Amino acid sequence: MPDIQVLVNDFVSKLRKRKTEGSDATARLTAELLRSVISQQPTTSGGAALIEAVKSVGEQLIAANPVELAVGNIVRQVLHIIRKEDFSLVTNAVGGLKLSAEANDKEIFKEENEQNPSTAAVDGRCLLRPPLLHALHDQLPYPATACQSSALGGDSSEGKAEKSARSWKLKHDVIKAVNELIEDLNTCHEPIAEQAVELIHHNEVILTLGRSRFVLEFLKAAKEKKRSFHVFIAEGAPKYQGHVLAKELSAKGLKTTVITDSAVFAMISRVNMVVLGVHAVMANGGVIAPVGSNMVALAAKKHAVPLVVVAAVHELCSLFPQNPEVSLNEIGSPSELLSFGEFSDSMDYGIGSSSPLLNVVNPVFDYVPPELVSLFVTDAGAYNPSYIYQLIADYYSPDDLTPQKPAS
Amino acid sequence: MEPRRTSRAGVIDPKVRQVGFFTATPPPPPDPTRSSSTSPPPPLINDISPSGNSLSPVMIPPPRHPSDSLVLRRPPSSLDSNFYPPPSPTTTASAGDMSDDVIVSPPGKAGGRANLKNPQSAAASVPSGGFVTAGLVKVASSVPATGLTTVSVVNLPPGISEKAGGAVSVEVQNERPVSSKPLKEKTSKAERRALQEAQRAAKAAAKVEGSKTSIVASSNAKPTKPATPPSQKNDNVTIVAASEKKGGDRPLEKDRKKDVPHPRMQYDDKSRVEKAKRRSVVKQTEARNRVELFRHLPQYEHGTQLPDLQSKFFELDTVHPAVYKVGLRYLNGDLCGGNARCIAMLQAFQEAIKDYSTPPEKTLTRDLTAKISSYVSFFIECRPLSISMGNAIRFLKNQIAKLPITLTESEAKATIQSDIDLFINEKIIIADKVIVKHAVTKIRDGDVLLTYGSSSAVEMILLHAHELGKQFRVVVVDSRPKLEGKLLLRRLVEKGVNCTYTHINAISYILHEVTRVFLGASSVLSNGTVYSRVGTACIAMVAHAFRVPVLVCCEAYKFHERVQLDSICSNELGNPNVISKVSGREDINYLDGWANSQNLQLPNLIYDATPSDYVSMIITDYGMVPPTSVPVIVREYRREHWM
Repeated sequence: MPDIQVLVNDFVSKLRKRKTEGSDATARLTAELLRSVISQQPTTSGGAALIEAVKSVGEQLIAANPVELAVGNIVRQVLHIIRKEDFSLVTNAVGGLKLSAEANDKEIFKEENEQNPSTAAVDGRCLLRPPLLHALHDQLPYPATACQSSALGGDSSEGKAEKSARSWKLKHDVIKAVNELIEDLNTCHEPIAEQAVELIHHNEVILTLGRSRFVLEFLKAAKEKKRSFHVFIAEGAPKYQGHVLAKELSAKGLKTTVITDSAVFAMISRVNMVVLGVHAVMANGGVIAPVGSNMVALAAKKHAVPLVVVAAVHELCSLFPQNPEVSLNEIGSPSELLSFGEFSDSMDYGIGSSSPLLNVVNPVFDYVPPELVSLFVTDAGAYNPSYIYQLIADYYSPDDLTPQKPAS
Repeated sequence: MEPRRTSRAGVIDPKVRQVGFFTATPPPPPDPTRSSSTSPPPPLINDISPSGNSLSPVMIPPPRHPSDSLVLRRPPSSLDSNFYPPPSPTTTASAGDMSDDVIVSPPGKAGGRANLKNPQSAAASVPSGGFVTAGLVKVASSVPATGLTTVSVVNLPPGISEKAGGAVSVEVQNERPVSSKPLKEKTSKAERRALQEAQRAAKAAAKVEGSKTSIVASSNAKPTKPATPPSQKNDNVTIVAASEKKGGDRPLEKDRKKDVPHPRMQYDDKSRVEKAKRRSVVKQTEARNRVELFRHLPQYEHGTQLPDLQSKFFELDTVHPAVYKVGLRYLNGDLCGGNARCIAMLQAFQEAIKDYSTPPEKTLTRDLTAKISSYVSFFIECRPLSISMGNAIRFLKNQIAKLPITLTESEAKATIQSDIDLFINEKIIIADKVIVKHAVTKIRDGDVLLTYGSSSAVEMILLHAHELGKQFRVVVVDSRPKLEGKLLLRRLVEKGVNCTYTHINAISYILHEVTRVFLGASSVLSNGTVYSRVGTACIAMVAHAFRVPVLVCCEAYKFHERVQLDSICSNELGNPNVISKVSGREDINYLDGWANSQNLQLPNLIYDATPSDYVSMIITDYGMVPPTSVPVIVREYRREHWM
């Protein structure tokens, strides 16, 4: 346990100091941390204990950087995985129990036939159940275990052994699933990039802002499929990541044009499609994107240019935005705009009064409302903004959706 | 002078027609125009216009009224100097230019309608050149008032009005629209026919060819005096016509075609580019990675020609040193901003004209026009002209062409120089002051004003509002590569204005708190498009989306009858290297050596075009108008100055 706490504290301080770069890397780090949290749990602990442990760590992480929504998303996904595994194990056990009870009367060979459909049904239920019914989700296992233990009341030692075996299996399954999740995080750009060819035609003119790994992979994939098209890159002040993207793309042989952010409106009339990478996708289909995206989206709307958002599932956030420009934003360092001391000689006026004369505002994110987004291309397929809330039901369990209070 | 005074006395109850929001009886604000001058304001103006201090923020351009044909344009001849002896002996067109939106008619005399029937008599009834009439007619003929007396007064700064000898800034229109209208139309039609006749006669007499003839002749010819000296061989035959009094100035239909602005040089037209190159002084080298989309614009290597030009400074014969100096400053970019560039250019021309002497066997008007043209093409080589500069050049050439042939060379030179002075003063400096006065009424306490880049007009507005003690905050939005906003920010902060600074990407974040957006413009085009520093369109668009009013401040001399739909067809490309390098951020060097990559292009757009839907209001020296009224101002302005 103590070494876990060290790891957690490390990561928390990293998040707090904003040392992690991008939602992508943060997501991966979170998943790895949670995996080690789970593996550190005693094998005897059941699903509830695992959930508690992950939750408590998750709360710390979320509180460290509430704006980095990917952390919360991963925590919720892991929680969802645990619940799912737990549930399927329990139902298996229940199914097995029933079968063993009925084994006297029925033929044994039926066992497998019956067990498989039941698990399949459970899985199906788990995925397809409408969100409200999810409330039943974690109540179900415990009565079941209770009934199981009562059924096996006379033979407690044997039950305990079975229980520990099951919790061991649970842990094993959960870690396996989290590993899969991490694997997905590493490769999620592939299914996104695969869709590029179907969305980009020959001689297309594409505009993007700043740099995102998914956009890079998306465009590269189309180029590798022998599409020839032109990319306009708005440089994306104040980070100017657009320059990096331009260098990478032009090295790949794509015709690339770098424009200043101010020229977006001037150029968008010649653009066929806007591709944006985002920081987070909100439940209503709006996106939190690098600063400047809203301007690009509005310009695209004005010229009826489709706006495609490429995002991975781990950027999918279960929150509905409430004043996202402020509540889900971050203010960057003013030194990115004005170097320190640049105005020190002309600041005499502000000294006597209470408020300074000069403020420098450098927000990091922008909110793009769903009506400006035409399409989401995710690793789970391409969707309309109006469908995003459905995706959320697939990836998160409703018990975790309520925003958790930061541990005080 | 006498008749005018009586006419003023005749105005008993001048009314300022105010439409829209206006300050009812504002305490007379410390007038910037007034404070600039030491002389006391002429009592005349105050007498006539008790409401002169109150602004009428929306001046409604009048419906096209037949009585326009009455408008007399004061000929820019030396005659005028008789009337205003002491201060400026050569104020040509001064009065006409002065009273931007003012028309005087002599109500004490025959009255407007009597004159209409017989324009000649109207002209005769007044001392020649005594009449100041031009510009916007400020009459709402739709107003059902009987015999409505409408007076619009622009508060003229005393210095100028004195200089112009009390250029009367009163416009009186006594009319009963019901009866007068058909009559007027008839006369104007007849007049037009007469005009055409006269034109033909004049043409035949003068045997003049030249492309510009018709434009000028259309406005100036007059049936009674078709005396065109046959010796005159000028490409703009304005001299004669200008010295006459004009009857009407409605352009004829066939001349309308020629009003269409000339197409600009297209740089993808190889043969023409070659031709232009042979003539040029500045040897430009073509940029290596030219942007395909902008083939039609000049794309040259920046910075390479400067040393070469500097070395040539002392061995020039074609270009005047003053012009050369300004050209170099355009080239290396330390002179920018529409007004600054325009003023520098005009002053350079002034210098050049001062040193000019007509070569033997040449006429001054013609030779000087050619000289100016060669200077202009030198400027274009240094940096493409802004639209405002184009307008100023057009004005200057017209003034030269209109010079009476009777003038001696020194007189002519002095006339032109004072014309230029007047243009600078009136169209730029005073226009800005008028704009400031209008715009300040739109600033209330507690406002958060957003501005983009650095516009001189907006800066003056903000500083003036601050001097008036209004409580407001300014958001300065800036963008690469020029970062002009920093300079504005510094000037504002030094004056103690509360400022917020941000970059253009953060516009949607900052607009939540903004109540007004003030933007400058390089030009306003006839379809309402605002042609301005790149990024202005983005700001206007986002402001429109956030329902924040966008006010564009632009002097009327920057208006142009050209139209534009996008920012691609006509634009200017700056130095691409400034895009790859981020000033003050050495860590961003990913694009070093970009020119070696075939696939990489860095267009550095200078301007963009803001669609008129995003503009709530255009504040100009003619008042505050919606973007749909731009063509009206363009038309009136042109009639005032070039017809």
